[in-house]
Amino acid sequence: MPRPIRVLVAKPGLDGHDRGAKVIARALRDAGMEVIYTGLRQTPEMIVNAALQEDVQVIGLSILSGAHNAIVPRVLELLREKDMGDVKLIVGGIVPDEDADALRRQGVAAVFQPGASLDSIVTFIRSAVPA
Amino acid sequence: MKTAQRQFTTISGVPIEPVYGPEQVQELDRSRDLGEPGEFPYTRGIHRDMYRGKLWTMRQFSGFAVPEETNRRYRYLLEQGQTGLSVAFDLPTLMGYDADHALSEGEVGKCGVSICSLEDMETLFQSIPLGDVTVSMTINSPAAVLWAMYLAVAEKQGVAWTRLSGTLQNDILKEYIAQKEYIFPPRPSMRLVTDTIEFGARHTPRFNPISISGYHIREAGSTAVQELAFTLRDGIEYVDWALERGLATDEFAPRLSFFFNAHSDFFEEIAKYRAARKIWAYVMRDRYGARNDRSQMLRFHAQTAGCSLTWQQPYNNVVRTALQAMAAVLGGAQSLHTNSLDEAYALPSEHAVTIALRTQQVLAYETGVTQTPDPLGGSYFLEKLTLETEQAANDYIQRIDGMGGMIKAIEAGFPQREIATASYRYQREVEAEERVIVGVNRFQSDDQPIELLQIGETAARKQSEKLAALKKRRINRRVEQSLDALRRSAEGSENTMPAILDAVRAYATLGEICDALRAVFGTYQETSHL
Repeated sequence: MPRPIRVLVAKPGLDGHDRGAKVIARALRDAGMEVIYTGLRQTPEMIVNAALQEDVQVIGLSILSGAHNAIVPRVLELLREKDMGDVKLIVGGIVPDEDADALRRQGVAAVFQPGASLDSIVTFIRSAVPA
Repeated sequence: MKTAQRQFTTISGVPIEPVYGPEQVQELDRSRDLGEPGEFPYTRGIHRDMYRGKLWTMRQFSGFAVPEETNRRYRYLLEQGQTGLSVAFDLPTLMGYDADHALSEGEVGKCGVSICSLEDMETLFQSIPLGDVTVSMTINSPAAVLWAMYLAVAEKQGVAWTRLSGTLQNDILKEYIAQKEYIFPPRPSMRLVTDTIEFGARHTPRFNPISISGYHIREAGSTAVQELAFTLRDGIEYVDWALERGLATDEFAPRLSFFFNAHSDFFEEIAKYRAARKIWAYVMRDRYGARNDRSQMLRFHAQTAGCSLTWQQPYNNVVRTALQAMAAVLGGAQSLHTNSLDEAYALPSEHAVTIALRTQQVLAYETGVTQTPDPLGGSYFLEKLTLETEQAANDYIQRIDGMGGMIKAIEAGFPQREIATASYRYQREVEAEERVIVGVNRFQSDDQPIELLQIGETAARKQSEKLAALKKRRINRRVEQSLDALRRSAEGSENTMPAILDAVRAYATLGEICDALRAVFGTYQETSHL
């Protein structure tokens, strides 16, 4: 049996609205993945350290406050510094189209905007992580 | 096209019968369950003449970037016929950090206005006479500090505190339950809330020191019944703490106010507001022996459901908001915020917020729903739904009583888990298309882009520069003394409001004042309940 995909669901920044992060965490778990949820107010350093320790293949960031342009590039930079370039970073939340394009160009594997289905997120992760 | 549903339930999952008639409401007793409008138990509304006497307050929640820009938006909204103000603060302010704090990076002015000191509060209300306008402030963990700033601005404008009218949200319990913008642990937080309730009872007789809020509980994914039950049980907790402090029920209870969501299920929402008034009237009369009618009357603000707005086909949001707002009006709301069509993307543009305000004005002046109180009262369906909602909410309230109260329930993760389970079930129903969301899982089409309010990174720089200048200009020895006095006050058991006011008047910053309180109270980390 293949090893289940391991995902870190993280909530960076000061925002406490965790409905989306929790729903995603449950959905990924129901889809057979191993999910670690960081809880609230994680700095990029805390998130990347948790990803390293938990040996995850995917990090999912939930950001609703508009702080994505400050937070996401920092996480990408830390992943490169720690030689974790194979970890897929995905972002979900309120991210305008032009910002989403910019984040993808910088190395984010996928950006899921409001209304994205749970299925589409599960399917994307399965296709992005080599079996 | 699919038309037949497989199951008939409210959006919260309450089953609905094929048809309602007298047999469904046999148990209904007119004087026990309904009363007349303006009479106990206020199921039909708190006023006999309702909107014939006075329309609801049209109060758009608003705030962004720096105080100068938000002040301009407020003056615009007042010119357009808005009748009250409602301040949205940014995340650093909500969390008690100044704009120049490391954790504030990327967040300054994004979700609301940045307020770091009394100076910012003075700017926010420049040319807005505080004696003539009612102001609501959505602030919780550091509510006592922001309220002290507001009181200090009134002093500077020469407006007596007794003339001030408005509402402080100041509901910390729903932060632990749902919105998660907390700083201190529950017990010292409850002490600060009780300090403001006590201070208000003595000094600001027309100001609501708390708005006990279900809105955020619902936005976090709860059902209508959970929203109602957790909110009213929070209210009971605040009453218990105020009584413990030595206040008499009728001294503070008339100024307790509430805040509910106006979600999409039309009849379920109206039933929720009616059940809320009824439960609260009985709680205050029978559990607490309140004699004053005003202690028994549940007054509430409503806001349409942000979580119901869609990113797809955003103009549909105007329609959703209008219908939700009508439910709030038919449910007897005292004040109302209507969301703007672009709020699934960003804080609203001036154009979008104007449409939202016009929606309220159309409701008030064109639809005729304001002409008689509780116009849907007596509907078999609505009365049955009101009774069912009341029963289900009372069951939850008793369960939480059995746990030893709301703080114990929060520490056990009970309301948090109930909400997470409800929100996951709802999302699954949407995925399975058991719940249709127009434009999202059915009737999709290509979207036309809409114009959005842009908030750049300049707010952080401007606010940091102002802070640096303030710290050079103010008398720093006085700031230090006031913060020392505040720490001593927090360590003791006296009311902290006078010490907070002194620190604010000395131009201590929000971050400095909250740091002083953090040093005494510590901070809170929740155990995550997935």
